[in-house]
Amino acid sequence: MLLVENGQVVADRYVRVDDAAPLPERVPVIVSAKRFVAEADALSRRDGSLGVSWPNDRRVAELKPWLGHLALIALDFPKFRDGRGYSQARQLRESLGFRGTLRATGDVLRDQFHFLVRAGFDSFEVKKPADAQAFAKSVARFSVFYQPSADGRVTALRRRLQDGAAAKPRETV
Amino acid sequence: MYVYDAFDRTLVDERVAEFRDQVARRLSGELTEDEFKPLRLMNGVYLQLHAYMLRTAIPYGTLSSAQLRMLAHVARKYDRGYGHFTTRQNIQYHWIKLAELPDAMADLASVGMHGMQTSGNCVRNITTDQWAGVAPDEIEDPRVWAELIRQHVTLHPEFSFMPRKFKIAVGTAQHDRAALRIHDLALQLHRNGDGETGFEVMVGGGLGRTPFLAKTIKPFLAKRDVLSYVEAVLRTYNQFGRRDNIYKARIKILVHELGAEAFAKEVDAEWQNIKDGALSLEPALVEEIAGRFLYPDYARLTDSPPELAAARRADRGFDAWMANSVANHKVAGYAIVTLSLKPEGGTPGDATAVQMDAIADLADRYSFGEIRVGHEQNLVLPHVAQRDLPALWRALDGIGVATPNVNLVSDIISCPGLDYCSLANARSIPIAQEIARRFHNLDLQRDLGRLHVNISGCINACGHHHVGHIGILGVEKNGEEFYQITLGGKADEDAALGALIGPAVPYDQVADVVEDIAAAYLELRQRPGELFVDTVKRTGIEPFRERVYATR
Repeated sequence: MLLVENGQVVADRYVRVDDAAPLPERVPVIVSAKRFVAEADALSRRDGSLGVSWPNDRRVAELKPWLGHLALIALDFPKFRDGRGYSQARQLRESLGFRGTLRATGDVLRDQFHFLVRAGFDSFEVKKPADAQAFAKSVARFSVFYQPSADGRVTALRRRLQDGAAAKPRETV
Repeated sequence: MYVYDAFDRTLVDERVAEFRDQVARRLSGELTEDEFKPLRLMNGVYLQLHAYMLRTAIPYGTLSSAQLRMLAHVARKYDRGYGHFTTRQNIQYHWIKLAELPDAMADLASVGMHGMQTSGNCVRNITTDQWAGVAPDEIEDPRVWAELIRQHVTLHPEFSFMPRKFKIAVGTAQHDRAALRIHDLALQLHRNGDGETGFEVMVGGGLGRTPFLAKTIKPFLAKRDVLSYVEAVLRTYNQFGRRDNIYKARIKILVHELGAEAFAKEVDAEWQNIKDGALSLEPALVEEIAGRFLYPDYARLTDSPPELAAARRADRGFDAWMANSVANHKVAGYAIVTLSLKPEGGTPGDATAVQMDAIADLADRYSFGEIRVGHEQNLVLPHVAQRDLPALWRALDGIGVATPNVNLVSDIISCPGLDYCSLANARSIPIAQEIARRFHNLDLQRDLGRLHVNISGCINACGHHHVGHIGILGVEKNGEEFYQITLGGKADEDAALGALIGPAVPYDQVADVVEDIAAAYLELRQRPGELFVDTVKRTGIEPFRERVYATR
């Protein structure tokens, strides 16, 4: 597994802490949802960046009161075919206004990068090293976007309107 | 026709490049088949019994002549000289080689076509009335809305890995010719008392092993809210649809288990968060898309030109075809012509490359270069001047697509069945062929009137058997092919699921049973004009059951 952020393979600043283990001082940590919910108040007062690993079958709206204290939310893809994390990511970014790091974990593969970026993820625990190396190339694959999403890119529909009547089609096909 | 611009073309080209890379990685072993599978599926590539199958999207069933010629080219160059039009208004090729797929896709991309999202757990091809834009009974052209939704869901970052596939249909006419209620999500345009138009939203329809008709969760949705509401439905489904069991993963199960009301409440809560955001459709956006649908420059003609009546009197064959395959157009002097892809002895929905090329030429000559595909697996020339009908008929007859059996007993909807499909339990095509042979006599077919026979080779119901007036479902019993028969299904605005008439019958008795059912109908109907399906509704299935099983 390699961590990709800003298009580069980087070292992970965060430490995952088991539910029973004591929290290390002043080190960025990721705790489980269970521990987070149980100890949210104490965790929010702790010195050091706080992250939570949130399962994909739990509503992210539960995190609303704590979003200001969270530096990172890790959303899991137990199988790459299980796409619930995309909805959670967009809700966090677009409806709940989360501005911290959104990390994709689990079965994270090359052909999902484009969708993950568009859904608002900016940190990726990539399963295969070759996929991590191909990250920049993969996300540059498309230049046209049909739907508005968390990445804020301008859609084809809006670009057409901006271009005005510049190129009204004539030919058929 | 919707005209692709640089944005649309670029996206398709980029998708082909991506798929070429994915195929290369699969061929080199970098991708496992398990990892490659969802990637190829999202480009319409299935692995079937004998070879890979490529399904190509025909958005809302509209084709230009140039596109149809390219479909012929792909059939000729990469396949065995034919293609199969499907109930989802797509075309599929059954004999494609994996290594040649990227080239076939690049050829299709040259005319703006692709296999994007014709498979996989994403939003599939948006379907609609094959008479869109020309039907006298429509409020407005549904394809503008189908295109808006098509663009919105194409490569959608959130909805490419849903629990299961998702089918959307749009209707705007008084009569439902798009089988709306068997879709995961369907939109039907209505005009309210104040003259405003808005969409009725139906969710949770679908066939397969647990058939449901879609339920209305919003009776009147403002047009500006179409995309945001669709997004809210998809998001609710993506999060809460079942993923533990593939047979319970469709939205119909979620809607059924939650109840339509509770489901609608979830959707509404999500919708409130997004309805006034970036998805709100201001009129300029809709007009932008509507403006890129080009309509023919119709001549000023009058209905029923005298030469037409003379031609009908002169030729019985032409007269029969006129009565069966030609429908009213909303523009005076024009007609909508259905091309039957159900000749006796043929495979329902198949067209050869030679036929496709010829139809493309005829479309250029007689239909402003436009062709449609209907969910009944026939083609349509949507803009034919009535005065041209005799000449067109002769040409269509010459290539074998003028059988006057549209909507009759031999106009059968059939899946590919066990002859091609790895999911099938039983053959479908030979059953369809045998039924067509038994009802060879067109006078008998006409006497039976509108009668939809739908055949599926397995419980997945690609042949829509649940909504056939006579539905035939292939099952396997101790290694042998058996068929369950249902009666009374309908896919139109009064949609209904058929009722099982009794125990399954073996392969070689299916056509006999259909003949018995037809004979029973002729005796039971109150008058010649009472449609088969109306007789079934009035009498129930009991008299048909008695007739069929009396001697079995």
